[in-house]
Amino acid sequence: MTTATATAQQADTPVFHVTDDEHEHSGGSTMLGFWMYLMSDCLVFAVLFATYGVLGRSYAAGPSGADLFDLKLVAVNTAMLLFSSITYGFAMLAMEKGRQAAVQGWLIVTGLFGLAFIGIELYEFHHMILEGATPMRSAFLSSFFTLVGTHGLHVSFGLIWLTVLMVQVSQRGLIEANRRRLMCLSMFWHFLDVIWIGVFTFVYLMGVLK
Amino acid sequence: MSGSQNHSGEHGAERGEHGASHATLRGYLTGFVLAAILTAIPFWLVMADVLGNATTTAIVIMAFAAVQIVVHMVYFLHMDSRSEGGWTMMALIFTIVIVVIALSGSLWVMYHLNVNMMPMAPGDHPM
Repeated sequence: MTTATATAQQADTPVFHVTDDEHEHSGGSTMLGFWMYLMSDCLVFAVLFATYGVLGRSYAAGPSGADLFDLKLVAVNTAMLLFSSITYGFAMLAMEKGRQAAVQGWLIVTGLFGLAFIGIELYEFHHMILEGATPMRSAFLSSFFTLVGTHGLHVSFGLIWLTVLMVQVSQRGLIEANRRRLMCLSMFWHFLDVIWIGVFTFVYLMGVLK
Repeated sequence: MSGSQNHSGEHGAERGEHGASHATLRGYLTGFVLAAILTAIPFWLVMADVLGNATTTAIVIMAFAAVQIVVHMVYFLHMDSRSEGGWTMMALIFTIVIVVIALSGSLWVMYHLNVNMMPMAPGDHPM
């Protein structure tokens, strides 16, 4: 039986590496590398979600999610992020057709939706802090601000990245390197929208449920 | 492993087009409509208190979130088992396993820690 297995293995040796030579060229493995970064970022958010899951009901006699969250505002915010995702998709389609002006236009629209998202989130935080619901008030609020704030920081850095890329594209055009950068930002941007699904479901919607 | 063989032939010429090579307007619009529906229903369920039961609502909106995450992965992030010779999918599966262990483990352990805590009278203060 052992020999039979050995022969079978020799005949059909499993390959545990990518056999083609595409990774010899610079940038060939960028997308996979960036995906690895996103997955590690996903673990960061998983830890923050777990922290919120553990502490999210520890109100310390302070305000609860049902007292603080304005679901209409969250719904508008969710729409902003979803719109920015589809407009970034349109920018990518324009990029594939090599239409630089259209790419820039869609990137501006994406950036504006992103800014609106950050603006609404800052307004919400400001409003909560004015009501005395600061991160120091309770474990629930500490974990809330950490989780939602980290996501907001990611979106802010995405906006900076978006601006830098628009400058790059205007100066150098849709060259190979810029296409690669735009695709990385595309993955980053859509990834943030995926994280936001978790945030609005676990934090906002379930926080309002009794 | 047939996936990796197709892969080399397909992408040999168009280097750097990974991930976006199968992006279409139709795909983005389908994803957007699905995502909008899958977002609107949970908000409606919670805001209008349609089901009238918090536990049922929680389970239903979590199911909607799970489906929406898959929709985003497929239509916006263009995940499939063939991209980068299957390595993106492997990394994703590995991440999901870790995430599930971290989340369920934390919640499970900390819930029992809370439940088995020594009862304290309202006036008592911890040291």
